[in-house]
Amino acid sequence: MDQGTVGAISTVLVTIAFFGVCVWAFSPGLKKRFEEDAKLPFADEPEFQQNDDQKKNHPEGRI
Amino acid sequence: MGSHATLAGDPPVYDFDIVRKFAIMTIVWGIVGMGVGVLIASQLVWPSLNDLLQPYTSFGRLRPLHTNAVIFAFGGCALFATSYYVVQRTCQATLFGGWLVPFTFWGWQLVIVLAAITLPLGMTSAKEYAELEWPIDILLALVWVAYAIVFFGTIVKRRTSHIYVANWFYGGFILTVAVLHIVNSAAVPVTLTKSYSAYAGAADAMVQWWYGHNAVGFFLTAGFLGMMYYFVPKQAGRPVYSYQLSIVHFWALISLYIWAGSHHLHYTALPDWTQSLGMVMSLILLAPSWGGMINGVMTLSGAWHKLKDDPTLRFLVVALSFYGMSTFEGPMMAIKSVNALSHYTDWTVGHVHSGALGWVAMISIGAVYHMIPKLFNRETMYSVNWINLHFWLATVGTVLYVVAMWINGIGQGLLWREFNDDGSLTNSFIDVVIFSRDGYVMRLIGGALFLAGMLVMAYNTYRTIQSANQSSAQANAPVQAPVV
Repeated sequence: MDQGTVGAISTVLVTIAFFGVCVWAFSPGLKKRFEEDAKLPFADEPEFQQNDDQKKNHPEGRI
Repeated sequence: MGSHATLAGDPPVYDFDIVRKFAIMTIVWGIVGMGVGVLIASQLVWPSLNDLLQPYTSFGRLRPLHTNAVIFAFGGCALFATSYYVVQRTCQATLFGGWLVPFTFWGWQLVIVLAAITLPLGMTSAKEYAELEWPIDILLALVWVAYAIVFFGTIVKRRTSHIYVANWFYGGFILTVAVLHIVNSAAVPVTLTKSYSAYAGAADAMVQWWYGHNAVGFFLTAGFLGMMYYFVPKQAGRPVYSYQLSIVHFWALISLYIWAGSHHLHYTALPDWTQSLGMVMSLILLAPSWGGMINGVMTLSGAWHKLKDDPTLRFLVVALSFYGMSTFEGPMMAIKSVNALSHYTDWTVGHVHSGALGWVAMISIGAVYHMIPKLFNRETMYSVNWINLHFWLATVGTVLYVVAMWINGIGQGLLWREFNDDGSLTNSFIDVVIFSRDGYVMRLIGGALFLAGMLVMAYNTYRTIQSANQSSAQANAPVQAPVV
């Protein structure tokens, strides 16, 4: 296989991979899941969990 | 909360001590690095400033000190601070690694101090953005491996099932920078302070700019996009505009950036096809860059009013605007015919700084303003008005800087390519230097304004920490030793 063929095949593979990622990311079945994942930065906030004072009273935390 | 992403129950008490250290050093090194920048900008206006303490204060020795200090000391500390903060909070786990965690801090500070000593002494491997000599490179590699163990170890022990997108960007940045640094720093040591690159000729140049451009792509972009995906939603109080787009953004960005480096070597001894490849890949790179930028900015849709009275959020959003601007400018400058005009001129310097000041520094500053009150148990910073002042100093400073360099750069490019009928150059080099002087003055003013903003930030932070200490002393409860 010469260099040109390798180049052509890898171009096709990368293109397929790119569209694969797009189709996967935007597949309707996963929409709900990703909407939940997007809320992760807020998941450890006091209003969802505990406030800082409670944290201080339990300095060993939960690990 | 969501069933998929999160677990019920108390999050652990995070290791914020390391985040505090890195956050404060971000500000300190920011002032040092930008201070050196203002000094060398002054040297271009008043060349006699080169002679402050020859040969240590010559432009050629201080310029790598400036770039290393702002990229690796300021930017690096910001990345360490925010990645340790974000990975803990989005994984709901304390940092993994035990003694490796403080080792990353002290090791990184040691690298910076060694750089500040060796570069003015003239010890350099002469590779741009990788000037440090081999013993420091080895220390840096060790620190970086420790960083990777801490970061990925924390992800492994996470209590959430999903790995949040910010961590993907931070992870991509950590892994790629490890590979880039180790490959590009391969050298044959001659003495303790002198080594020669393991590569030769055009291959050496290609390795160097494969490293150099991906230092931009992964150190200065992917890492700071990790910051963007956490701090913009947090500060705006709403999740990122499209999580699906962020996934496509990640994979497209990391798979494209790696090919663009050869645009730094247009019209050199590099094979022509390699130059064209770099140009094409750079143009394609516009798509993921703008996809990410739009994703960040649109996070605010429906909450634009928050920009009015939240200068921290304004820092984050203006950073994204500069990101969009410089990632448009970059692909344009990678086009060979445009590059023929722009290369070796101040346009490049302006492009770098619209990315470095406008994007990297502003997103870091916004993230640090977001973190400092939380790290020191305060509601807000000591003065929100001073954040606002800082915002305007930084914005006006960046705009002055970039516009000055556009004027200089395009002017230089045009003057250099002007020929007489007999084929000789119309303008001598000194003519172009004299033309550039006004732009250098304007750039100095812009840089000085940006530095002034950093000083405002340092004082605001100092007062915030001071009042945190006071209130903890008054509380005289057995709590409030820094929450570790």
